[in-house]
Amino acid sequence: MAEYPDRSQYPEHLPDGSCDIDLASGKYLKLWQGPNHPGITGNMSVELTVCGDEVVKGKTHVGYLHRGFEKLMERRTFIQCFPIVCRICVPEPDFNEYCYAAAVEELAGLEVPEKADWIRTLILEMGRINSYLMYLGGQAGAFGQGVIGQWTTYARDLMLDRFEELTGARIYHMFILPGGVRDDLPEGFNQRMEETLQEIESTLEDVRNTMFRNAVFKKRAVGLGKVDPALVYEYGITGPVARAAGVAKDVRSDQPYLVYRELDFEPVVAQDSDAYARADVRRRDLLLSVDLIRQVLSRMPRKGPVMATLPNVLHWKIPRGETYVRGECSRGEYGYYLVTDGSGYPRRVNVRGPSYTHAMTLLEKLIVNVNISDVAGLMVSLHTYPPEIER
Amino acid sequence: MKDDIEKRLDKRPSEHPQRPALKEIPVREELLPRTVKTPDGQEIRIDPLQDYYCQAGPTVQTPAYTRIIEDLFNWARAESLWILGFGTGCGAIEMRPLMTPRFDAYRYGIQWRPTPRQANLFVISGYLSVKTLKRAIRSYEQMQNPKYVVGLGSCTINGGMYWDSYNTIKRLDDYLPVDLYITGCMPRPEALLQGFDDLKKLIRAGKAEGANQYAEHFEWYKANQKKVIKDWDMPDYSW
Amino acid sequence: MMQSLYNRLKAPFDLGDFTEQRPDLAFVTVSREQLRPLLLHLRDLEGFTHLVLLTAVDWIEEGVFQLTYLLNDRANARDIGVRLKLPRDDTRMDSIHELWPTAATYQRELREMFGIDFPDSPRVNEDFILEGWNDVPPYRREFDTLEYTRETYPDRAGRETHDPAAYMKQQLYPDGKDNG
Repeated sequence: MAEYPDRSQYPEHLPDGSCDIDLASGKYLKLWQGPNHPGITGNMSVELTVCGDEVVKGKTHVGYLHRGFEKLMERRTFIQCFPIVCRICVPEPDFNEYCYAAAVEELAGLEVPEKADWIRTLILEMGRINSYLMYLGGQAGAFGQGVIGQWTTYARDLMLDRFEELTGARIYHMFILPGGVRDDLPEGFNQRMEETLQEIESTLEDVRNTMFRNAVFKKRAVGLGKVDPALVYEYGITGPVARAAGVAKDVRSDQPYLVYRELDFEPVVAQDSDAYARADVRRRDLLLSVDLIRQVLSRMPRKGPVMATLPNVLHWKIPRGETYVRGECSRGEYGYYLVTDGSGYPRRVNVRGPSYTHAMTLLEKLIVNVNISDVAGLMVSLHTYPPEIER
Repeated sequence: MKDDIEKRLDKRPSEHPQRPALKEIPVREELLPRTVKTPDGQEIRIDPLQDYYCQAGPTVQTPAYTRIIEDLFNWARAESLWILGFGTGCGAIEMRPLMTPRFDAYRYGIQWRPTPRQANLFVISGYLSVKTLKRAIRSYEQMQNPKYVVGLGSCTINGGMYWDSYNTIKRLDDYLPVDLYITGCMPRPEALLQGFDDLKKLIRAGKAEGANQYAEHFEWYKANQKKVIKDWDMPDYSW
Repeated sequence: MMQSLYNRLKAPFDLGDFTEQRPDLAFVTVSREQLRPLLLHLRDLEGFTHLVLLTAVDWIEEGVFQLTYLLNDRANARDIGVRLKLPRDDTRMDSIHELWPTAATYQRELREMFGIDFPDSPRVNEDFILEGWNDVPPYRREFDTLEYTRETYPDRAGRETHDPAAYMKQQLYPDGKDNG
């Protein structure tokens, strides 16, 4: 007579709190929330071991977007690298360009003109707004509110129009070069930008009423994925995930770069570090970026060169050295570690993306005891983006 | 590009010397045939790599018996292209604005579906790393006939910017049958809409025969795929 | 600022070269045995609590791998990069995953991409980025990615080169005869 196991038992716990997973017992099921899934940001997968509706273990799998950038950059000269560098991170390509350009300038000893710094800050903040808008659409969509994604994608399109007017392309701008930026602001840009910012602010107001004051969103997001402030240092958490846990970590105020010393702002912090607080931090950070763009446009010098004179770029050799340049992108701390060896090619470029630490170790820690339907919401609330993990 | 593929189909794929592998990749332990004990006590023999439902490969779908009925079917297929929502690469970010009212692909009957069972158009949006190629092949084979493939961006045509990368493929139509290419890096949403319009013209003219080509030259495609996907641990055709 | 830190730590930990790249960024070289005590000292007593990255640079001409551990001190806004040289033919290194749990991920990547072994690191032998890779670890400089691509992924015909030297040669010597 076949004996059926008693499926009413909860998963057994070992003394240290983790689960004793015996796959042959029939209590556990392995599910792949794989690359072809609408609830995944980008193209990565999470291998879940579930017991009923509850996840007991998760394993992140990345590598679906690996192109070997760091190896490709070793085969290209310094000026040939910059078109390829912006394709590492798709929603916010400008941080790659800035960090690479800043690293090359530092090792080559180039002096960037002042107006170029202001334009660079403007572009970085515009990129940050785009990334946050896409995030809001994804976060609401993970909890079933599709209309927020429509509104924010439309607002993002308006900002992409400004990018197109300024740089010539919608997604990959290739505008920030070692030495400055490619071109000055066009005529009437300030006025069109102000119109776009007002449109974005009104969209944000609608989003706030529909998403943040919505009972379903609150019920699902409050308490999801709580990050202990002590984990922030151990796990190398940066960006809005750290700020929502109460640690005011913002590279723009800790180690200011570009013109952030001359702008006045305070890092946006929240205290309860669940998914709702993280979404709120990002929304307030978006409004902060809108304010920063207004400050930049009003304080920017009217005239001035935007590009330093570069040496002959076909024969540009940079002496041996290494450096690390960081910036605060919308997901956290973004950094480039560049090593040169005196030839015309970089010896090693290492890209440090914020999702590297968020998606691998932190997600695997937070995913325990979460419902299957909330896994997507948790992943989007950490704002992980796989291309910067595997480059 | 169509003539190009006719010339290549006669050639054996392993024409250039194969690079000797440093180590063999063994099949994973859970995929080997073995005997297992089920939770209710029975002992059964399983073979995970065998598809129990159907072992046959794809078959060629013949057109309807009269021309006018086939034209009607082609019109219906062209006006309701449902795209598989699998963002395989960079280009996926320019597909999201198509779902909004500004560019609006829905007025052409184009929708995005999460599952391959409900989709008939697979847009390969950009480069494909070898790991994603394996999943893309699986998703493509699970789609039902008639199905079409659109290659988006220059990476599907000749490798694009990653032409010397060890992990991305260079010609998409060695591995999957492509009906249309949309050039750009990356193409604007208007370019995508123009591309879909061209695809519809191809379908109405009866020339979008990618799925039938896959069925006819199945061994050639499989040999190409197995050459780059070195740890082949799937059944040869997945339904 | 970094110079005073170096002067204090030089004797107890037997540090090697010191490069001050910026007022808030410096690189020091340390030997293998002193790495863990130095990292513990920096983390607990000097305030460098954030591990930014752990990466490797392949100096094939000198026959070493350089491992770089980059630490950040947020309170005083300074960074320090700890460099370590490993011989290329004996690439095994102790793991630091007890100090920072995220180091396990960096070590997995180094194992897969460079072939640098970290025997005690958790899950270090699992495939991380590449799947089904049976060749030389790709980030090593002896691996030629162009040659690999030519052998594995065939080209599409009709690809032209826009190399200026080749173009000028064709303009000046259209018959192909190059007299000098």
